[in-house]
Amino acid sequence: MVTKKEIKLSFVIALWFMALTFPIMVVKVNTIKHIVIFRWDNLLWTGIVCFFASLIWNYFLRIKEEKKKSDTKEDIPIVHRLLQNEKFRIPFLAAIGLFAIAYPFVFSMYHTSILISALIYVMLGLGLNIVVGLAGLLDLGYVAFYAVGAYAYALLNLHFGISFWVVLPISALLGTIFGTLLGYPVLRLRGDYLAIVTLGFGEIIRIILENWDELGNGPRGIGNIPAPSFFGHQFNQHNSVIYIYFIVIGLVLLTIFFVNRLENSRIGRAWIALRDDEIACEAMGIDKFKTKLTAFALGATWAALGGVVFAAKTSFINPMSFTIWESITILCVVVIGGMGSAIGVIAGALVLILLPEYLRAVAEYRMLVFGALQVIVMVFKPEGLIRSVRKTYKFESTKE
Amino acid sequence: MSVKHINLKVQKNKFMEPILNVKNLTMNFGGLKALDSIDLAVEKGQIAALIGPNGAGKTTFFNCITGIYEPSEGNVKITPPGKPTQSLQGLKTNVVTERGLARTFQNIRLFEGMTVLENVMIGRHCRLKSGIISAMLRSSNQKNEEKEAIDDSYEILEKIGLNQYVNEMAVNLPYGAQRRLEIARALATDPFLLLLDEPAAGMNPQETKELDDLIIWLRDNEDLSILLIEHDMKLVMSLSDNIHVVDYGRKIAEGTPEEIKSNPDVIKAYLGDESEDA
Repeated sequence: MVTKKEIKLSFVIALWFMALTFPIMVVKVNTIKHIVIFRWDNLLWTGIVCFFASLIWNYFLRIKEEKKKSDTKEDIPIVHRLLQNEKFRIPFLAAIGLFAIAYPFVFSMYHTSILISALIYVMLGLGLNIVVGLAGLLDLGYVAFYAVGAYAYALLNLHFGISFWVVLPISALLGTIFGTLLGYPVLRLRGDYLAIVTLGFGEIIRIILENWDELGNGPRGIGNIPAPSFFGHQFNQHNSVIYIYFIVIGLVLLTIFFVNRLENSRIGRAWIALRDDEIACEAMGIDKFKTKLTAFALGATWAALGGVVFAAKTSFINPMSFTIWESITILCVVVIGGMGSAIGVIAGALVLILLPEYLRAVAEYRMLVFGALQVIVMVFKPEGLIRSVRKTYKFESTKE
Repeated sequence: MSVKHINLKVQKNKFMEPILNVKNLTMNFGGLKALDSIDLAVEKGQIAALIGPNGAGKTTFFNCITGIYEPSEGNVKITPPGKPTQSLQGLKTNVVTERGLARTFQNIRLFEGMTVLENVMIGRHCRLKSGIISAMLRSSNQKNEEKEAIDDSYEILEKIGLNQYVNEMAVNLPYGAQRRLEIARALATDPFLLLLDEPAAGMNPQETKELDDLIIWLRDNEDLSILLIEHDMKLVMSLSDNIHVVDYGRKIAEGTPEEIKSNPDVIKAYLGDESEDA
């Protein structure tokens, strides 16, 4: 339970907060009537809220510390335990599958539409997870490859009338090429330097798109991008949303399928080794540069795929969709979800993208609440919502 | 200070090239000569030790031959068993490992985010081939290769005596086991020469004894030659066939443990000059 010390501390914090917020919470100056109003009841509420918030905060911090001390063996996240358990795995996955299939028919178009956005971020997150989570390369210009995919679809369709399904593989290839081209010069850099260079690259792509009028109409963007067709059949607007929803679900499944395979392969292990210790990695015979480049190029591939779906979904793109904030959001998805953990990234994307949408109820405070939630996750679960669990192998001892 | 070449006890076969032959190796860091024309040779099947006071340049020497540093002068030649002599000049670290030199580190450098088995599997990396496409499609070649890698890695862990930790995270292992895991990981690269950088550092006497046995066992059963840096003189004297002593980047002596023990230059390097202090 709560200790005396915690109560005392919370009391002091509450007092301090009351003093700190006095000018904005209590004093109100009416400049028209030239009077000053003192709202003393606000002071009381600030104190009460701060006191209890601090109590709860300290209580959970203590619980976390105690747990860390008592448990020598780390506990495996519940999702992983469910998936590992033969009895629960099938029903668990079936339930999720049924929910995913029923979703667009049960909920309104608005809900389906924001879920599509979230699922695009799942794809982007899983792609960036290869670069940041597995290979440990801090890439702040990831949105550039997203733009490459989106513009590839918009332009190829505008000029040559190429359909969604044909552009999908083309843009994946373009993403890989752009990833390799950028990766080649910058992957000699490490850590902070790499972050700054990729940040610059992301901005360069956006500024080019904004100023190169002949290419993509500059800031006016490209409109009337057709939604994907089903063997030549175009759906009406409502059905089209449902159709895109299922396409995204398919692509997300494909992404999970491939990323999962990569993670437990020779290449995937090399990425993680590279993240953990570059020098030891080289001394174990891994070509550092080649390994980094594959991670970077593969990440870019998924970003480009996400871009195509994004363009098809919104039917209008302009450079404002590809600002640095997109990169930051995708990075948050990976970090808060759990670096290197595919399930974590999926959870992170759903929480981070859906939450601000549903928080519209609290209107102007939604970004504040959103930020507070991010801080809380990072304090109490620094390894992310669902941390990664390495594959285990079973052996029968062959000899004594 | 002249390099004293004392006749070797180990029989030198005139027709056999030493498997590691370092000539005139010099490494400058700006104005500092970390290594000054070092000559060193390791014969096949030998356990050689590189000793010297702190800061003598032992680890720098390892870094130079494994390609982490590029030496300012000199050359490093290897003669893998059954293969022609080749130079390691200008090769990247990972290529040096591919050629058959594997090393461990003074301060343990394990991959902390991976299990013990995966750490060893990383060592197998350079002997495997499957790429991205085959991993994504999980081709039968890739599956077989993966299975083989797992089995080989487990076998190595069994040899080193770490198989009870297979699925533990490397970071959770006891200290001595972490040191052994580094050796297991190096073994997985199929080396012919093992470079051990202070393998006994921080070990208790019991662990050191086990390490002693392990190193001898490796030489005898795995057809390995070993070059080790070590401060534990008891271990060095009991293990080594040949000892090289460096001080201030220069080689001051070479010989069998008995010869090194009684070499006045070595005693001076470790304990200081009696006439100066007195």
